Amino acid sequence: MDKVQLAGFVTGLAPYATVIQGKEFVEVTVAPEKLHSMAMELKNNKDTACDFLSCLTGMDWKTELGVIYHLRSTIHGHTIVVKVRIADRENPAVDSLCDVWPGAEFHEREAYDLLGIRFNGHPDLRRLFLDSSWGYPLRKDYKDDINIVSK
Amino acid sequence: MEEQVKKIISDDEEYVINMGPQHPSTHGVLRLVVSLKGETVKRVEPHVGYIHRGIEKMTENLTYPQIVHLTDRMDYLSAHINNEAFCLTVEKALEAEIPERVKYVRTILSELTRIQSHQLFWASFGMDLGGLTCFFYGLRDREKILDIFEETCGGRMIVSYNTPGGLMNDIHPNFQKGVKDFIKYFRKKLPEYDQLLTGNVIFEQRTKNVGMVTRDEAIAWGMTGPVGRASGFSCDIRKHNPYSAYDKVNFKEILYTEGDTYHRYKVRMDEMWESMNIIEQLIDNIPEGPYSAKMKPVIKLPEGEYYQSVETARGELGVFIVSDGNKNPYRVKFRSPNFVHLAPLDLMSRGYKIADLVAISGSLDFVIPDIDR
Repeated sequence: MDKVQLAGFVTGLAPYATVIQGKEFVEVTVAPEKLHSMAMELKNNKDTACDFLSCLTGMDWKTELGVIYHLRSTIHGHTIVVKVRIADRENPAVDSLCDVWPGAEFHEREAYDLLGIRFNGHPDLRRLFLDSSWGYPLRKDYKDDINIVSK
Repeated sequence: MEEQVKKIISDDEEYVINMGPQHPSTHGVLRLVVSLKGETVKRVEPHVGYIHRGIEKMTENLTYPQIVHLTDRMDYLSAHINNEAFCLTVEKALEAEIPERVKYVRTILSELTRIQSHQLFWASFGMDLGGLTCFFYGLRDREKILDIFEETCGGRMIVSYNTPGGLMNDIHPNFQKGVKDFIKYFRKKLPEYDQLLTGNVIFEQRTKNVGMVTRDEAIAWGMTGPVGRASGFSCDIRKHNPYSAYDKVNFKEILYTEGDTYHRYKVRMDEMWESMNIIEQLIDNIPEGPYSAKMKPVIKLPEGEYYQSVETARGELGVFIVSDGNKNPYRVKFRSPNFVHLAPLDLMSRGYKIADLVAISGSLDFVIPDIDR
């Protein structure tokens, strides 16, 4: 499938999500509560077959937090980018995808550590690099008084 | 600490030891909390962050040409490939036309980087398993590549030779001769590596059928590079999504299906031969032309998201840049292979002996700054 067909196919697969054709990849934006079921669909459907989680990025869009997943299919070779936006900055939470792709475990711990996004259902959600006295340094409103890196 | 110990023990007869943060076999400050029953590993819990520098945060206050210099400091044994990955992402965003000469030189240097990284892997892996001679052989030959780097790039390990749009300088007049001499030399020396270690009975007993990973596990856990390919997962970015001059060369993707420590070692040994083949195809054909495309003095990426992955000596390095149109990126994420390989260490080493843990973590070829970033 080329990108246009793939975008159409994903729209049919997940009508609740917003699918756009990005410059390079098909980009899907999905609500946090639908993320897990959609991830399962993308992995298990034999036409998308996204069995490889290549990158997981925690994001801060100032008004909302979020996670970007780069999913690749080792069978078809295509990449699908899934974005989830979380409006609640105080208590951001999204479903963990560790049961879909076990490799998400450390990525999610990193996102939790640096951005404070909670992953519901994660087997071992603890801070990874920093200890609990730190804030969440990758958030845009993080103030570092010692090194004065705030813009 | 006490809480951690409680967490990792499941049985009264188990006890916990700390391997690291200072341990000769971890090659850096990696702490593995290991739960043991007798000599059998029950659970491994990695503790990282001892040298976390917050590179992803630092990038948000730097310009794109400045960030290139931070990328060397992640996986310092693949320094050139990291530079290249970042530059390729910036160039993709700018849709810049890169001169052919740059592509060729980058590819040659990437492959030299791969060889020297695998040489150091071989050297330290042998040393971890008790063969100290390997260390001297490996470092002796690696020095020859570092000399080539020094001559052309100015740096030995931390080269920073790439810049968005091309290279910092043109190659040194001796570059081609130096590389050809090295390949001639190393083609003679590489069989010695095999004679010294590969067929050794003690070595084989310590590595064969140890730390098994199936193909499905490799895909599910995101293991790439020599680790994934030893399990039969065809994941070579150079083949599947060629960048620079990889589409102009013929080479074989090394694949084994056994998925044990020995075959992770074998993949790297075979890759050194393939890297030499790639270099030989390119070294005499470096096109004339400028060594860098014309770039604006201040690089601003158009608003958007850009992802590029390359094959480092350890696996897939992904660079993800989110730009809001300024001279600094809005967010940069590095998907580093070692970080991904650390998570399944527990899965791979369960049920094996504590001494095997050294072999298994050695075969994953950890570079700690790449985990911590």
